[in-house]
Amino acid sequence: MSSFDVIFIGGGPAGYVGAIRCAQLGLSVAVVEREALGGTCVLWGCIPAKALLEAAALANRVRHAGEFGVQVGEVRFDYSVAMKRSRAVSSQNSKGVEFLFKKNKVTHIKGTAKLSGKNAVLVKTADGKEEKHEAKKGLVVSTGSRVKGLPQAGLELNKTTVISSDEALVLERAPKTMAIVGAGAVGCEFADVFNAFGTAVTLIDIAPVILPLEDADCSAELAKAFKKRNIEVLTGAKLSDVKIGKSSVKMTVESGGKKQALEVEIVLVAAGRAPNIDEIGLKEAGVQLSDKGFVKVNERMETSVKGIYAIGDVAGPPMLAHKGSREGVVLAEVLAGHKTHGINYDNIPNATYCHPEVASIGLTEQQCKEKKLDYKVGRFPFSANGRARTSGETDGFVKIIRDAKYGEILGAHIIGAHATELIHELAVARENEFTVEEVDLAIHAHPTLAEAVAEAALDSLGKVIHA
Amino acid sequence: MATKVVMEALSPTMEEGRLVKWNKNEGDAVKSGESLAEVETDKAIMELVARGDGVLRKRLINEGDTAPVGQLIAVIGAADENIDALAGGGAAAPQAPAAAQEVEPGAAEQLPQEGAAPASPAPPAQERPRDARTSVPDDAAQSQGEASTPPQERDRTGAERTSTGSQGATLAIGSSEPGDRVRSSPLARKLASERGVELGTVQGSGPGGRIVKKDIEEAATRPKGAPAPAAAQGAPAPVAARRISAEGDYQDIPLTQIRKTIARRLAESIGPVPTFYLTAELDVERVAEMRDSMIELGAEYKVSFNDIVLKAVATALQQHPEVNAHWLGDKMRYFNRVHIGMAVAVEDGLITPVIFDADTKGLADISRESRELAKRARDRKLKPDEYTGATFSVSNLGMFGIEHFTAIINPPEAAILAVGGVEERVVAVDGAPAVRKRMNVTLSCDHRVIDGATGAKFLQTLRRLIENPLMLVY
Repeated sequence: MSSFDVIFIGGGPAGYVGAIRCAQLGLSVAVVEREALGGTCVLWGCIPAKALLEAAALANRVRHAGEFGVQVGEVRFDYSVAMKRSRAVSSQNSKGVEFLFKKNKVTHIKGTAKLSGKNAVLVKTADGKEEKHEAKKGLVVSTGSRVKGLPQAGLELNKTTVISSDEALVLERAPKTMAIVGAGAVGCEFADVFNAFGTAVTLIDIAPVILPLEDADCSAELAKAFKKRNIEVLTGAKLSDVKIGKSSVKMTVESGGKKQALEVEIVLVAAGRAPNIDEIGLKEAGVQLSDKGFVKVNERMETSVKGIYAIGDVAGPPMLAHKGSREGVVLAEVLAGHKTHGINYDNIPNATYCHPEVASIGLTEQQCKEKKLDYKVGRFPFSANGRARTSGETDGFVKIIRDAKYGEILGAHIIGAHATELIHELAVARENEFTVEEVDLAIHAHPTLAEAVAEAALDSLGKVIHA
Repeated sequence: MATKVVMEALSPTMEEGRLVKWNKNEGDAVKSGESLAEVETDKAIMELVARGDGVLRKRLINEGDTAPVGQLIAVIGAADENIDALAGGGAAAPQAPAAAQEVEPGAAEQLPQEGAAPASPAPPAQERPRDARTSVPDDAAQSQGEASTPPQERDRTGAERTSTGSQGATLAIGSSEPGDRVRSSPLARKLASERGVELGTVQGSGPGGRIVKKDIEEAATRPKGAPAPAAAQGAPAPVAARRISAEGDYQDIPLTQIRKTIARRLAESIGPVPTFYLTAELDVERVAEMRDSMIELGAEYKVSFNDIVLKAVATALQQHPEVNAHWLGDKMRYFNRVHIGMAVAVEDGLITPVIFDADTKGLADISRESRELAKRARDRKLKPDEYTGATFSVSNLGMFGIEHFTAIINPPEAAILAVGGVEERVVAVDGAPAVRKRMNVTLSCDHRVIDGATGAKFLQTLRRLIENPLMLVY
């Protein structure tokens, strides 16, 4: 048995970032992780998916290379190569976390942990041994979440014809046909990837629009772009007569008042994730859960049991890597006795990396209406932006919603090339309570896509220049 | 690599700490987790532990000195490591806090307005908190040379300049000297100018004490000139009597951290909290009978009147969440759980340890806990989480022979119950005079949360429980 100040259960973006910061603040730290370090983000989510999306983007660029005067010979797309590269990028990143652990003297205990009393964990290692480790200052549950199928819709995952993103990331080839059920960020990203690699994709969601959590204008713009690329989008959809076969899945989809029969090689279920709360001894320790099944925590990441903390996906939505990482940092400061600044959960950016990219922060226009806020909207299309024209990526726009009286940035929504990078200007602005005027006053270099952000801010004041 | 030892926030409301005793000498080997020093916070004496291994190379403040949270107070390093850069940077540090403690208006007003204490407009900057950076010489020099400092230099400190907010919102400085800087967000400045809030009168809650939107919104709902209510919890009501010295005409007594906190918070409370008082005389004949019959069963069943009062209050609060409440500036918070703060007199003040979930505890638990907490309070051994988190407080001065008194609300709590002593009085019972044991209670209510009838209903419930203590087992 060894003794640490802090033990994290789970080495994903919440746990590993929290662990490193704890070590930097002088605490002795261990992370129990059964897989490689990095969690869903590095191994089965953000990173490998983005590697595939880059492949998809390149495939789409190459298709238009001729317009730029670049003649390429015969172009062939091989998903297995893209997949292998994606795995290599993923494992590189995981090794990067290992390196950071060594550098900061964070101990990685390989195995499966279970809470044992209020300040210890029992770890079952790969070779079946059990060892007990003590945490003097805090035990941190950072076990993350996992994909769950849609058994209620008849779509139990079978890993061959009904798969989750986990399997999609390691497919050897792109199937000829695929239905993606769930048109949130994950669904839209995979629709983008498989479409680029030649799969006939049908994107299905029960919600009336795709990316239902985003501003309705962005959802509509993305649906338009997807349709242009022959991705079939069926929203407000109901599934029935699902028949799962060995090499295909048949189902009936009702959408827009029309019923149609659909037969695809693979159904990718991209709806919903469940927190990993089982088999870690939460119940025995008396840790309370929320009614949605997440671990209940306060703003100091404390659970209902003193000395046990929770961060990341397992501690509640939004289930985003960057939210988990920030919670890890805050927790480290709490444990080290430093003054810490609470997390502003209203200011967490959302990012979807399909093409065009979609990114947002703050309230959508729908939400502003529901809250009966007095607001003004500024908008600037990339088709009027010089830099977007040079690269031929003129889809999309920047939309900024501001408070009518004081100019507070209530929400910002960007759809277009590099939207996920551009959103951070507005994240910084909102965190510091800059208004649309400060955004405009900051001089933006020309020609850049970021000029569209400044123009949208100006447009909200009725002073747009380039449109 | 050398490890900086800084004054840590050892309690949720701590802004500065007084170094009571160094537990390590310069040159001693220290290990991470070992106690370096004892520090008096605003509430208790706590240990400051090392956050790194090595040798305690340099102590930068002396025993008895006060340092703001975040200030460098020592350096841990390898025995042969050159720490001049670190230790040098803090060498001048003891000066600053010493000056601050003596309340030197001139010096204090040079400092940026930061931290968590309220900045009241009336008395100028003396009580104004400072953050760690204010004692760093280079920053201090900068404040001194404000007028001649080039703008780029000023930006390095992160301070807001009036010109950044060019939307017409002027940077109001309030009662501060011209050299003082008020950190605020552009949105906060706009809101402030529109709503007529002077930035200098607002306490910032953003990073480094920056004034943000929420602070202005809170300030705008307060009557003009009223100081900000503190968000944190602290010591409430009555102040213990001070000894008068026989030597000379007077004796100056330095302010301890707890005394400073009491002074600051009581002043806050009597000012902005619109308080009214409800008094009731309760018949405690049955409580006395119950207590006596419990004692007859054995000394181990002995409980105090106050224990029974606490139990009754907890039970009543459970039925009256509108009294078991906090005023939070932009909202009221009714609590479902009942955590009773119990005022305990200590040598140089008072503190309110908390009996958590008192409504779910039996008399035995309440009695044992209140005894233990009171003892630990007197020994100054309470941990921060033992004296924060109360939803309602009770103060009992019966043991001092007080019949009736009013207690001052401990913000953000919305009420406090003052309990007087039990005494025999002649009262009319069924039309004939009779001698009964009686006890006065007075509920101080924050009218922003509790209305007269609401408070009265709570006291009705309390009366039913105290006068019929069997209801406590119902």
